[in-house]
Amino acid sequence: MAGARGGRRAGMGARAPAGDRAKAGKRPADQQPELQEAESSEELPLFNCPAPSQSAADSGSDPSESEESVFSGLEDSGSDSSEDDASSTEDGQPRSIPKMTQDKSQAGATLQNTKEASIQSQEPKKEDEYAEDSSDEEDIRNTVGNVPLEWYEDFPHIGYDLDGKRIYKPLRNRDELDHFLDKMDDPDYWRTVQDKMTGQDVRLTDEQVALVHRLQKGQFGDASYDPYEPAVDFFSGNMMIHPVTNRPADKRSFIPSLIEKEKVSRMVHAIKMGWIQPRRPRDLTPQYYDLWAQEDPNAILGRHKMHVPAPKLALPGHAESYNPPPEYLLSEEERLAWEQQEPGERKLNFLPQQFRCLRAVPAYSRFIHERFERCLDLYLCPRQRKMRVNVDPEDLIPKLPKPRDLQPFPTTQSLVYRGHSDLVRCLSVSPSGHWLASGSDDHSVRLWEVNTGRCLKTIPVSGVVKSIAWNPNPAICLVAVAVAESVLLLNPGLGDLSVTSSTDQLLSAFSPPEEPPGQPVEWQEAAAEEQEHGLRLRIHHKKPVKQVAWHGRGDYLASVVAAAEHTQVLMHQRSLRLYHLLRQELTKKLMPNCKWVSSLAVHPQGDNVICGSYDSKLIWFDLDLSTKPYKVLRHHKKALRAVAFHPRYPLFASGSDDGSVIVCHGMVYNDLLQNPLLVPVKVLKGHTMHRDLGVLDVSFHPTQPWLFSSGADGTLRLFT
Amino acid sequence: MGGLEKKKYERGSATNYITRNKARKKLQLSLADFRRLCILKGIYPHEPKHKKKVNKGSTAARTFYLLKDIKFLLHEPIVNKFRDYKVFVRKLRKAYGKSEWSTVERLKDNKPIYKLDHIIKERYPTFIDALRDLDDALSMCFLFSTFPRTGKCHVQTIQLCRRLTVEFLNYIIASRALRKVFLSIKGIYYQAEVLGQPIVWITPYAFSHNHPTDVDYRVMATFTEFYTTLLGFVNFRLYQTLNLQYPPRLEGPNDKDQADEAYAMDSESSLEKLSALSASLARVMVPVAEEEPEIDEFPAEGETAEQEEGLRREHEALEKHKRLFEGLKFFLNREVPREALAFIIRSFGGEVSWDRSLCIGATYDEKEPSITHQIVDRPMQPTPVIGRCYVQPQWVFDSVNARLRLPVEDYFPGVLLPPHLSPFVTEKEGDYVPPEKLKLLALQRGETPGNVIESEDESEEEGEEEEEEGDGQEEEEEEEEEGSEEEDEARLKVMEEQRTQGKKPQVTMGTLDKRRQLPQEEENEAKRLAIMTMRKREKYLYDKIMFGKRRKVREANKLAQKRKAHDEAVKAERKKKKKQGAQA
Repeated sequence: MAGARGGRRAGMGARAPAGDRAKAGKRPADQQPELQEAESSEELPLFNCPAPSQSAADSGSDPSESEESVFSGLEDSGSDSSEDDASSTEDGQPRSIPKMTQDKSQAGATLQNTKEASIQSQEPKKEDEYAEDSSDEEDIRNTVGNVPLEWYEDFPHIGYDLDGKRIYKPLRNRDELDHFLDKMDDPDYWRTVQDKMTGQDVRLTDEQVALVHRLQKGQFGDASYDPYEPAVDFFSGNMMIHPVTNRPADKRSFIPSLIEKEKVSRMVHAIKMGWIQPRRPRDLTPQYYDLWAQEDPNAILGRHKMHVPAPKLALPGHAESYNPPPEYLLSEEERLAWEQQEPGERKLNFLPQQFRCLRAVPAYSRFIHERFERCLDLYLCPRQRKMRVNVDPEDLIPKLPKPRDLQPFPTTQSLVYRGHSDLVRCLSVSPSGHWLASGSDDHSVRLWEVNTGRCLKTIPVSGVVKSIAWNPNPAICLVAVAVAESVLLLNPGLGDLSVTSSTDQLLSAFSPPEEPPGQPVEWQEAAAEEQEHGLRLRIHHKKPVKQVAWHGRGDYLASVVAAAEHTQVLMHQRSLRLYHLLRQELTKKLMPNCKWVSSLAVHPQGDNVICGSYDSKLIWFDLDLSTKPYKVLRHHKKALRAVAFHPRYPLFASGSDDGSVIVCHGMVYNDLLQNPLLVPVKVLKGHTMHRDLGVLDVSFHPTQPWLFSSGADGTLRLFT
Repeated sequence: MGGLEKKKYERGSATNYITRNKARKKLQLSLADFRRLCILKGIYPHEPKHKKKVNKGSTAARTFYLLKDIKFLLHEPIVNKFRDYKVFVRKLRKAYGKSEWSTVERLKDNKPIYKLDHIIKERYPTFIDALRDLDDALSMCFLFSTFPRTGKCHVQTIQLCRRLTVEFLNYIIASRALRKVFLSIKGIYYQAEVLGQPIVWITPYAFSHNHPTDVDYRVMATFTEFYTTLLGFVNFRLYQTLNLQYPPRLEGPNDKDQADEAYAMDSESSLEKLSALSASLARVMVPVAEEEPEIDEFPAEGETAEQEEGLRREHEALEKHKRLFEGLKFFLNREVPREALAFIIRSFGGEVSWDRSLCIGATYDEKEPSITHQIVDRPMQPTPVIGRCYVQPQWVFDSVNARLRLPVEDYFPGVLLPPHLSPFVTEKEGDYVPPEKLKLLALQRGETPGNVIESEDESEEEGEEEEEEGDGQEEEEEEEEEGSEEEDEARLKVMEEQRTQGKKPQVTMGTLDKRRQLPQEEENEAKRLAIMTMRKREKYLYDKIMFGKRRKVREANKLAQKRKAHDEAVKAERKKKKKQGAQA
């Protein structure tokens, strides 16, 4: 930009001499108007001239010399501008002129135009166009005007000269080889450019080359222009004695303003009238008065119903004292624990310290923090009304009748029957209450005398005794034992001789029936040596037998076969089913609401059932009420193994894996409206834990309030 | 069926609450302004009962305000003031930017201010309500009054806080309302009873503050703004109830002088004089005589008579307490906290003075012969004056809490002080009671202190063997702790009783007859059985309560053991010293 401007200026500066030259060149043009060659040769000095004349005017030094020094290595030595001019005239080629310098030749060109117009009046329009069109500034050796040159691509000529004759393109397009040869041969090849308007090659002069170089470097086009000449201040900072303008001052600048006077007088009036008060600082000290002069306790807003007043801060205890009793100071490990706790978890938010005197007490470093936290609590902490349970724990304990009032029940352990070497799975008391039979995992059945604890008989059997049951008929002395896949009927031979003998007679009447094959059970008589032990009959099942039970009168024997696929499974895991035996149908299905029912006992009156489950619950069903439990007792801590009702007294007992037997008072009233009363009366402990098993079976004495229990520790115990 | 489908969250608790952001948008306030408004108006978030329902099914953590509260804020005139203030700040900034100083002046003169009077009245419809909520206000004002006058907050606020707290202290002195004081490691706690309301506040020890950086002083300043207004109105009312002049004036020799002086005197020095707490205040109407309304006697029978008797006795004790230091003349050495002690002594009727160079308002000199007590906190007194007691400051505090003048021997300068107990703790049954407290209770009951101490010493020596036995028992008990809770508890209770009554009953514990124990055991068993029959929910609750109780007992036991170990260590040390002394 700067270069362009500089060039223009240089051109402007050079106008006058160029004009002179144009005048000077006018005469030869007049003389030889047709000769284009001569004209072009004249033009060359036209635009070549100004530089020397300028340089002569500015510095007086010859620019050609300096150019020589620059390009000495590139061009032939001794090349002079005059020589160049001469050679160019010799070539007879018109030169294209860079736009920058065109305006220099402008004057001359217009002159020529006018002259030509006067000579050739064929194109008056064109002349007019030239008068206004900017294209008149251009080179007019080709007169096609300002049109794209590609329009002439298909023609042999490229335009028209001033005479209207065609300017022909060079006959042959120069190919690469020509270019190369030129490059090799012509020393001026580097400064030769093609003029597109005329299609001729133009050889640039030294001045033109220098100009191109300067422009390429971003310098000013005019070499003589100095951009850094000292600036001349037009407006200086000095006060001059003469005014800038010669205009005299207004009158109104000498007389007071009427408008202002009016304003002032208005303000004065306002001040006099006291309308305008002087600004005095506002008193910011708050004024207090009796705010509660008219107290209205009923004027509580609606929102106050939901108002939760902020709780007050807790009052300090002894530990916060500056001189607390020594027990409130933290010991070393307590202090460490305090320091390691999260600040929110700490019970005390400070470390108790002891100071010997008041003057030694330092400032509390967290004082501001604590006040700030209180502030945050007051306005950020969500509040909620929480009902605190404020009950006396004693009130929560249900009021039960005193156990003393519910006597008799077994309270103390009075006898221990030792003898079994493995866990005692089952026991049964004789209907008379004198004898006790127990079956154990050590493959034996033992018969005990209740009162003394003596073992009267030991009957070895072939397997683990799963279940044992004494025939409830007092006239028969018979024990059923479930061992492996068979049920054995024993005559223990205890008690009244007549009874035992009658039993033997009864059993000897047995003859193996001629039963059709396919019966589920098979009756066999015992062998001779087994007879000696008291074994009388063997009922062989096909599957392992789990439980045996006698009918209430001792006529029938029932056995439970526990195998899932068997057709006669009577015991179910999830529910209890009640069968009417005479009609052979299901009457009720009880839902005990527990997972694994382990044991079951029926109340002597028959309307109530208890069942124990492995999930440590004892469930009481009242059959009159519903099939759902009447009460679920969670007294035991572990799985229940056995439950039993007392045949006479309102007692029931449960034995569990935690080694305890709990005796409960279970009063059933005849009145249907009164629900049974269940009160635990005694926890009997005695059995020791063995392989995570405690009490395995419990049974009541038929007449006395006594309780037998058998445990995993291989003992039987009597509680009275 | 029929009817429109009920949409969720369009009724019930979801419509009663509003989240914080929504509330802010509704009020068109910035968060800072919203918080300020909440502080001033006492609006706080509520914790809904069913958070998920209120949160429209989401469980994201949000703070909820009651919609009613927010609607209530909508009509608050202060909200408009907040907006005005915002505009004011904008204008001021613009004026500053343009360097239009006259505009700045004008704007500053017209700075929008708001008053909180109506909010006070609204939040505390009755005066008693205001008194109930005074704790935080007082603590905050006392804290702010100790701030340096530079930096953290406006000087006017600090001065106002100082003025209001001094006024309040003067009221407490005038009404003799102070009840309890406590020297804690955090500061000094005071409890006063004003119109039947207990008011507790804490003042920091007089040291410069190490200002923490993680505290937002703007929040505290907003709270203080509210609290100062509240305290000012409360003070006015309180002064009115005592017929005192409200901007308080000291009782002068003659009123005219006072008036002249007041004209010349600037308010600062009057405040200083007031804050010296040494002179009583001027009254509007000088009462003819100190007439205390006496309780009329009504003929009563049975229980009511007993109750009334108890009430009367309490009243008498209170009157006595109020006159605890009456007739005593104190002199404060310069190393003791002057303001706290002057306040306490004066509010129990004592006279107090200090070195004239220490503070304004000293009424007599150290050489005054009528001084009865001089409060010293240095080990040595160079030339003790005969006829006055030199005591450490803790004596004043302990005496106030004990409601009687304690023997001064324990509090002589340089003496190892007895522990300072918190007066705010009332031990319930089963709690640990430090032995000092027992001694104090005995003193209050009127037993001679010397005897108690002696008897204790004797019993200590006697009891040593017993203690050993007792140790054995305790260990047993600890072993049995896993066993039945009730027995344990019963035993622990017995232990507590023993501790409270001294050491004699330990013997009876050993001689308990089996026959006598039997019914007890039976009862215990019955209880255990009854617990077994409890329902699940009740059992859970019961277990929780019992757990808490047992923990309490354990803590009390721990404290007792610690104390015992400490006492034994001290005794062993003493014996050793004695032996060394004997050998020497």
